Amino acid sequence: MSTDTEVILKIEHLTKLFSVRRSFAQSIGRKSAGRVHAVDDVSFEIKKGEIFGLAGESGSGKTTIIRTVLMLSPPTSGSIIFKGQEISGLSRGQMKKYRTKMQIVFQDPYESVNPRMSVFDIVAEGLFVNKLVSSREEAVERVTAALRDVQITPPEEYLSRYPHELSGGQRQRVAIARALVLDPELIFADEPVSMLDVSIRAEIINVLLSIREKRGISILMVTHDLALSKDMVDELAIMYVGKIVERGPAQEVVSAPYHPYTYALTAAVPVPDPEAPKVRVLAKGEIPTNIAPPSGCRFHPRCTFAQAVCATTEPPLQEVAPGRQVACHFWKEAHDTFARGLDGPVSGDVTK
Amino acid sequence: MYYTTAAGEVKAVDGLNFDVEQGEVLGIVGESGCGKSSLATTLLKLLPNNGIIKEGRIIMDGEDLVPMGDADVRRKVRWTKIALVPQGAMNSLNPVFRVGDQIAEAITAHTNVSRSDARARTEELLKLVGVDPSRGRHYPHEFSGGMKQRAMIAMSLALSPKVLIADEPTTALDVIVQAGIIRLLLGLRNDFGTAIILISHDLALVAQMSDKTAIMYAGKFVEYGTSKEVYGSALHPYTIGLLGAFADIRKPKEPLVAVPGSPPDLIQPPPGCRFSPRCPYAEEVCRTKEPPFLEAAKDHYVACHFWREIKAKRGGRA
Repeated sequence: MSTDTEVILKIEHLTKLFSVRRSFAQSIGRKSAGRVHAVDDVSFEIKKGEIFGLAGESGSGKTTIIRTVLMLSPPTSGSIIFKGQEISGLSRGQMKKYRTKMQIVFQDPYESVNPRMSVFDIVAEGLFVNKLVSSREEAVERVTAALRDVQITPPEEYLSRYPHELSGGQRQRVAIARALVLDPELIFADEPVSMLDVSIRAEIINVLLSIREKRGISILMVTHDLALSKDMVDELAIMYVGKIVERGPAQEVVSAPYHPYTYALTAAVPVPDPEAPKVRVLAKGEIPTNIAPPSGCRFHPRCTFAQAVCATTEPPLQEVAPGRQVACHFWKEAHDTFARGLDGPVSGDVTK
Repeated sequence: MYYTTAAGEVKAVDGLNFDVEQGEVLGIVGESGCGKSSLATTLLKLLPNNGIIKEGRIIMDGEDLVPMGDADVRRKVRWTKIALVPQGAMNSLNPVFRVGDQIAEAITAHTNVSRSDARARTEELLKLVGVDPSRGRHYPHEFSGGMKQRAMIAMSLALSPKVLIADEPTTALDVIVQAGIIRLLLGLRNDFGTAIILISHDLALVAQMSDKTAIMYAGKFVEYGTSKEVYGSALHPYTIGLLGAFADIRKPKEPLVAVPGSPPDLIQPPPGCRFSPRCPYAEEVCRTKEPPFLEAAKDHYVACHFWREIKAKRGGRA
């Protein structure tokens, strides 16, 4: 890993609300429909060469953060600083010069690459659109180098192939090459392996790790897979209903969580060992909607540690150990309980 | 079971042998296109028109389903003896009918019970799968993904089948919701002795639930045995490769090793061992001769020419 600590991306108090269309009944009653708190006061920074992970369940706001940073959907408030430059509020035109520096790799390579374009056309498109090359030869050279970096070899043989001639893993690597060819400093990877078979997931992860190593590119990875985060991510933030509830070095967060929600996630992950203890459900009920998130701590209605204060006062995200931050009133009790091998004040499955 | 297509015969399910006892969970692990979902539809004889069972027997309670006519299968087997929770089950609910009515319909369509009895049974079933019975009056869009999946499981249990086939029952569900479904299915097994055939690409999910595990590759089983044997002393290079590529949350940070290449075309599978083009142990014999499916240890079968060498090499672990 790079020892360079230059901050590539800094997000401060980022909030994104979506308005909900008022229903007919609500407009008659002059009621407001409320707003979806997709991302609520989120701050973090990504250093050069760092892989930063955002993990959480569906609806936690992970993907919205990417869309907001890329200005595909401008933030409601907060600042987004890319290499010292505030980019929130920039117009489409002003944003253009940052677009090549921040690239995205989507979840499903069967949908994200155009089946009617050859590998060369797919990867080179960004070069031509952004006028980064002056000749076809130059484009071929850059595309070949990018394909080589994602281990599509020999690259020359693949230039004229079409996506249907590629396996799922190769398609995803072409999608990574398309991002890489523009020489970005930050790549957003939105669940880059969740649509792929287990046997080829590792190949994609290893490609992402190698481009970080070789080119010092930072990666913001969105995932729901904690086991994978532990193996691939440096710094991990756990999100719940639009907020970061815990963050720290990925391996520490996963193996010794402070937040009851993080712990509930880890307890629910099955392991490939029939002798291992069975998964446990340690959060009551289901994830709430972000239209009217619970008061106080958003996790309190599901939490076995919750007390009266949790319903009224929102816990701040605070540093509780070097490099470890958690937003929980009872982080100490929770952490000690887990360290003793207990699941919580209520023993066993909370669903029974 | 083969599919006839314009490009030739697809050997989707090719020469499998297994049995499931009452109260037992058999897990079938395989990647996309290995034939695991085709196996599920074959067992229920729900094949599309181009799917043909070439040979073999499917014996349920002493009766072979293969020669049985469609009407008989429908009347005597499906739902009552073997029920399926299909892949993407939560999207199988009809959006314009109430969830409870859909479950009740499954009951009245297959039995002679009255509507009110069917309704009572529906409430009982919803309760069983952990859904508030009053929610039966709601429509599918008012249900979360996990609740829809629970409702589909309730429906499959309507006629108390002896065998439940669950095809990727937790795909697309969040991890805590998935854990709830795992516990629900295991609870059904414990409480009612329902046998479960669990089909999944997820090694860890299968490890959590299954007494026996089969690893499927390109239409064939490559390894089969008690889960303890298959996971603890894996002998087939494909199984070993899958385990090495799988991120295990308990372990410290570790590099993941991919299985090179991708699964073969089932119209023209590679000669010899179908895994040989991707196998690190492959030698000439693997490319010419199909390995026999042998009992390598008690309750542990493997189809590999070099299982003995692999076992010796892996030493204590095998």
